[in-house]
Amino acid sequence: MTSLDDNSKEKLRSVSVDLNNDASLVIDIPDALCERDMVKFTVHTKTTLSSFQKPDFSVPRQHEDFIWLHDTLVETEEYAGLIIPPAPPKPDFESPREKMHKLGEGEASMTKEEYAKMKQELEAEYLAVFKKTVQVHEVFLQRLSSHPVLSKDRNFQIFLEYDQDLSVRRKNAKEMFGGFFKNMVKSADEVLISGIKEVDDFFEQEKTFLLDYFSKIKDSTAKAEKMTRSHKNIADDYIHISATLNAICAEDSVGVEIRGLLEGRVASDQELKLTELLRYYMRDIQAAKDLLYRRARALANYENSNKALDKARLKSRDIPQAEEHQQQCLQKFDRLSESAKKELTSFKGRRVMAFKKNLVEMAELEIKHAKVSLTAHPIKHTV
Amino acid sequence: MTDTAREPPPLHTDFHEVEDGEDLFPESPAAQQPQPASLPALDISTNSNGPKQDSLMDDDPEDLFAGATEEVSLDSPERDVLLSDGPSPAITPITPPTSVIAPRIGHAHDDMFTHSSFDEIEEEEGGDSFDVHISVSDPEKVGDGMNAYMAYKVSTKTSLSVFKQRDFSVKRRFSDFLGLHSKLASKYLHIGYIVPPAPEKSIVGMTKVKVGKEDQSSNEFVEKRRSALERYLMRTVKHPILLKDPDVLQFLENSELPRAVNTQALSSAGILRMVNKAADAVNKMTIKMNESDAWFEEKQQHFENLDVQLRKLHASVESLVCHRKELSVNTAQFAKSAAMLGNSEDHTALSRALSQLAEVEEKIDQLHQDQANADFYLFSELLGDYVRLITAVKGVFDHRIKTWQKWQDSQVLLLKKREAEAKLQFTNKPDKLQQAKDEIKELEGKVQQGERDFEQISKIIRKEVGRFEKERVKDFKTIIVKYLESLVQTQQQLIKYWEAFLPEAKAIS
Repeated sequence: MTSLDDNSKEKLRSVSVDLNNDASLVIDIPDALCERDMVKFTVHTKTTLSSFQKPDFSVPRQHEDFIWLHDTLVETEEYAGLIIPPAPPKPDFESPREKMHKLGEGEASMTKEEYAKMKQELEAEYLAVFKKTVQVHEVFLQRLSSHPVLSKDRNFQIFLEYDQDLSVRRKNAKEMFGGFFKNMVKSADEVLISGIKEVDDFFEQEKTFLLDYFSKIKDSTAKAEKMTRSHKNIADDYIHISATLNAICAEDSVGVEIRGLLEGRVASDQELKLTELLRYYMRDIQAAKDLLYRRARALANYENSNKALDKARLKSRDIPQAEEHQQQCLQKFDRLSESAKKELTSFKGRRVMAFKKNLVEMAELEIKHAKVSLTAHPIKHTV
Repeated sequence: MTDTAREPPPLHTDFHEVEDGEDLFPESPAAQQPQPASLPALDISTNSNGPKQDSLMDDDPEDLFAGATEEVSLDSPERDVLLSDGPSPAITPITPPTSVIAPRIGHAHDDMFTHSSFDEIEEEEGGDSFDVHISVSDPEKVGDGMNAYMAYKVSTKTSLSVFKQRDFSVKRRFSDFLGLHSKLASKYLHIGYIVPPAPEKSIVGMTKVKVGKEDQSSNEFVEKRRSALERYLMRTVKHPILLKDPDVLQFLENSELPRAVNTQALSSAGILRMVNKAADAVNKMTIKMNESDAWFEEKQQHFENLDVQLRKLHASVESLVCHRKELSVNTAQFAKSAAMLGNSEDHTALSRALSQLAEVEEKIDQLHQDQANADFYLFSELLGDYVRLITAVKGVFDHRIKTWQKWQDSQVLLLKKREAEAKLQFTNKPDKLQQAKDEIKELEGKVQQGERDFEQISKIIRKEVGRFEKERVKDFKTIIVKYLESLVQTQQQLIKYWEAFLPEAKAIS
């Protein structure tokens, strides 16, 4: 069982801001348990809303439950005009697990001190991955709870409250197949969205911006990840080096002890912050793009309905239905556009704030670490 | 002969094979070999010397005696087993024997020759407070195609009297360095002196340079080699004995040097070397020595451990260099990506902040590159040098074992001959008996010689190891401190960069 204290949670929450401001519905994940491949989250809700049965309750949830909730929201017609918060990624312990395995194999070739240090580093990495996944799941729920519309969603409530296993409601194979199909349709949407003639300047700008920004941020995320990995490699090298140096110096009884040469913590905190920020917003922007797709589809539908109406008028057949259909499409489109505009504007504000907070924290951490490493005496003379 | 050796001026003293470079193969000492008659000569010289107080050497006359054995042993058959460059010690143009000493007299080399004891040379050197500085610079490509080579300028600045000038330079090529090393190795290794190994050949590296590829990697290769050559020379002159070796002096001073062809891998000498090395390896496995001296056993174990540790450390540092270079590349790529992101960003303040971030990362990338160079040149190359040095040390220990083996062999042979002689006593073959007696006499001499050689090499190794370890610990401490200083500098720079960035980040609204 790993629990996170408030302090560390506060630090983790830099990715998204302005959450949990509304005391009427406060959600957090105070606990999580890691079993093999599965992580069990304890979702804790405190609420003053009467729509819930109890004011304070917790339920256990799995990652798949979160995915179910996300997909359900995406498929809900009413929310077509909203940016649905991106689904949290699957917990990935592959990397530290693999490293742990390799470490076990190489144990014989290392000194005890070295092995202990490497193990420590790995455990820290494991813990970091764990914390990250808890945070990302928590943020997802908090985005929902702070959204005026989504927080009232029935499925959301079930998710929070239902004290039985949710698996019955989760995707079965058929639905998963349906999901796959949906993704294919989406890529067709990409073509659609670029082909559509945009009537509204705002959306035109947003579209251009989001498409471009998405590809850039995707690239930055990948590069940031590479940087983090290089830092980790260097940290590992330093562990080996200080261990071997100490062994040599001990033999010499020269009394020089090289202590923890610096780089280790650097990787775990700073670059991870940056990488996490970029990764999160990459997904968020994808969600925004999805909104644009839906709107584009609505626009296409509207235009199609216009064409259908014209055809009907030409043929003098089914005109009332065609008119009605066209009206519906127009209304839908207008509603969508209006809500989309609101969403995208607030999204931008949120994004800028999150970037600011994260960049400031990252810079401060870098400075703090560099200063700490300067004062911590790397060499201890004992003679 | 012994007479000449008796007479003052003590210029002639047969001690230091170093100063007696030209005396190496003169007739007189060779003739001394079978007789202990050489002893008296040394006694006299002893008296003519100054105080023998020297911490490095035991103060018994035996040591001075040692001088004779040193040069004598140079004639001994075991020399052949070594990295023999053939008659190379004789190649030193100064060669012809005793008479040559005369022209030298007028020289600054004088001081060296008038002090006929090992001790005094050490003292003099101490007094000069080791003031030799060698730098290798200005690599220049000479010639074209596959016959091309790099010429390096070797500059020496010194105030030591052993040199003719204070500030001078010569041009040398890589094979010259190898030639120097092989001469020194053949002269000193088998006696127990730890001769610093020369930098390694690299066919691939050199070929690229020859072919004329003017790119990053061949520049790096030349720089790596230049630095290695410099370290090699500095280490060689730091050795008190090697510093005064005529080959070394000639290398540093003479404008022209005979081409050392025997250093080529595919020459006959090269192949002979390889064969000898293989023979040595086999011998090492089969000789089992009764180690009476715990010190040697302990030290041998110590060097084995050190070897393992250094290799491991070297591998880790090489990995560090590699990863640091990767980090540098990745940081540069990220910087570019962040810049593009900043350009895409439509919020002005955030856009500016992102561009600043990109700039910071670019600067950090440069930092990483510099750090990687420090990693490499300070740390990694030093470790590589020491890995090779330890191999030389282990080689010297092996020579001791070989010397012991020789001694044992002649003892065994003596025993056999004695037995044979005893048997012959009962037969009536007077001439055969006499022959046996003569042989025994000779063998007795050999046995004594063997014992002396063994003790000599043991003594020298003790001293050398002491000196080596002192140097090593000093070297390591210096390098580690320097390296950590470079790390500290990097951290300080990082702080500066991030502190400059922070207000930009805070300014986003």
